[in-house]
Amino acid sequence: MTTKSKKELDVAKTTPSIDQTKQILITGAGGALAQHVISVLKREYRIVAVDFRRRVELGEDIPSYKVDFNKRGFEDIFRTYEFDGVLHLGRMGLHEANRTRRYNMNVLGTQKLFNLCLKYNVHQVLVLSTHHVYGADAYNPALLDETFPLKASELTQDLVDSVELENLSTIYKWKHPDLHITILRPCNIVGPGVRNTISMLLSQKYAPILFGFSPLMQFIHVEDMAEAIATAFRQNLPGIYNVAPDDWVAYQDALVECGCNRLPILSLPPSLPKLVAKFMNTRSFPEYLVNYFKYPVIIDGSLFRESFKWKPGRSLEEIFSYYREIK
Amino acid sequence: MRKLIKSLVVSKDLESHIDKMPKEVGSLGYDAWGFNSDINKIGVALFKQLYDHYFRVEADGLENIPKDGPCLIIANHSGQLPLDGTLIGIAMEMNPHSPRAPRAMIERFFPTVPFLGNFLNSVGAVIGDPLNCAKMLERGEAVIVFPEGIRGSGKLYSKRYQLQRFGNGFMHLAMKYNAPIIPVGVVGCEETIPAIANIKPLAKLLHVPYVPIALPFIFPAKVHLNFGKPIHFGNQALENGREITEQEVTKQVEQVKSAIRGLINKGLAERKRIF
Repeated sequence: MTTKSKKELDVAKTTPSIDQTKQILITGAGGALAQHVISVLKREYRIVAVDFRRRVELGEDIPSYKVDFNKRGFEDIFRTYEFDGVLHLGRMGLHEANRTRRYNMNVLGTQKLFNLCLKYNVHQVLVLSTHHVYGADAYNPALLDETFPLKASELTQDLVDSVELENLSTIYKWKHPDLHITILRPCNIVGPGVRNTISMLLSQKYAPILFGFSPLMQFIHVEDMAEAIATAFRQNLPGIYNVAPDDWVAYQDALVECGCNRLPILSLPPSLPKLVAKFMNTRSFPEYLVNYFKYPVIIDGSLFRESFKWKPGRSLEEIFSYYREIK
Repeated sequence: MRKLIKSLVVSKDLESHIDKMPKEVGSLGYDAWGFNSDINKIGVALFKQLYDHYFRVEADGLENIPKDGPCLIIANHSGQLPLDGTLIGIAMEMNPHSPRAPRAMIERFFPTVPFLGNFLNSVGAVIGDPLNCAKMLERGEAVIVFPEGIRGSGKLYSKRYQLQRFGNGFMHLAMKYNAPIIPVGVVGCEETIPAIANIKPLAKLLHVPYVPIALPFIFPAKVHLNFGKPIHFGNQALENGREITEQEVTKQVEQVKSAIRGLINKGLAERKRIF
């Protein structure tokens, strides 16, 4: 009989004794959200992480690969590990590639993933989508529920891959109910490490606004979103869900709360701000998202909150205080 | 800046009165449709001056507005600009019996107008979409609806106080959400911007509902608002296990229209002079 040292006992205390019989795949492991999800789920599941950008170092316990979803190496991973579920969080962003390459990676790559899941008997897939799929339109009512038409591709060609990814997921969901597909459409994910458009804007000292427009927005902290994903995955209630808190703030108020200086851009004629965004050519104010700084896309997250008995833990004030502090 | 304007124009009495409204907002003062508690107070403080001194509004029957819970305020529409909705809104917020946040349904082109779109949302207006109305009733809001739409607001002076065709949408929502209907007769707004013609081709070109030929001036007509007794239609869609027919819905809409006609006639009879 051996006696454990104090250090070993401390480690044992903090590590839950869950049998970790289930193995899961998490895509997009290089992103801040995926890393939070991994840290939440690593005590409950044996995780394999992949990313198309780079091999992410996640510690000895978590095998990690750099892989292109459309290449043979991806199937090798499915062949090597027996996955019970997949969390598909990886997406190629607009700044990372042209439209065709994004379509190939985000849409055709996802199709490859679904087909591999069918082939290797995976029976749970969670797909991360975005509230951008609804499209920023002047005629949008508030509190869009999950049945509202996805108008983003009608408003900008650059969001076609996001809408197509959703459509593809829905087709597989109905055609293959055994795959148990859950699609999450979160509002703006922000917080430490998040490198999406809105998070980068809130981090800047100066942020553009469209003169005379301050659309209402919703924000969710990256750690809350990770908890939401983990909760949805654990409970496995297939369906399409908006994920958003029941709290709102106007864009310009959010900038002020984050300590940003507002940089007005003329909003008329409507083509002018798009031209300015094209000229600026920055990741934080892309041309294809200009309408999202003009018209609100407010989603109704009540179905998710009620179905999964979930609510976010961090207030808007806590979210914005982080951006104030980093300036 | 907003805090400064608020401290300059909103009196403590007004603020404490408006704070009695059963209105839920998020942690930074907004609701899902862009209503902002501070901007709403500023808006009321400013428009109350017009309400009291320019249009000298007389509002009767305010006790008929429920203290809380969903309800539909259904009124006749007139006057080219949405002054009637604004004055009904001020009357609801200043109601000495039980102030309510007014949620007026506005034309869809307003969000495209810089500053105005956001301002209207901040004081409580929302675009006239059935989903907005349904979700607001679900959340217990008091919604102002003009079932005549632009047929009412854009009509010519020669058709004043003649109710135009009512849409049936509000009745379906009233039944679905078991929301009482409070009919309102508005008298006086017809005379604020009397129009003699509508330049339809220009309206089409500008993508606006109408372009009236009228003097570029808002006349200080005295306005009478008569709020009628609540009419309850309940959830009749499921009565006797069958769906209510559209004809029956139209009949119920006519009942509301007739109540509004009565309230308009009351206002016209009470009116001693136009200005």
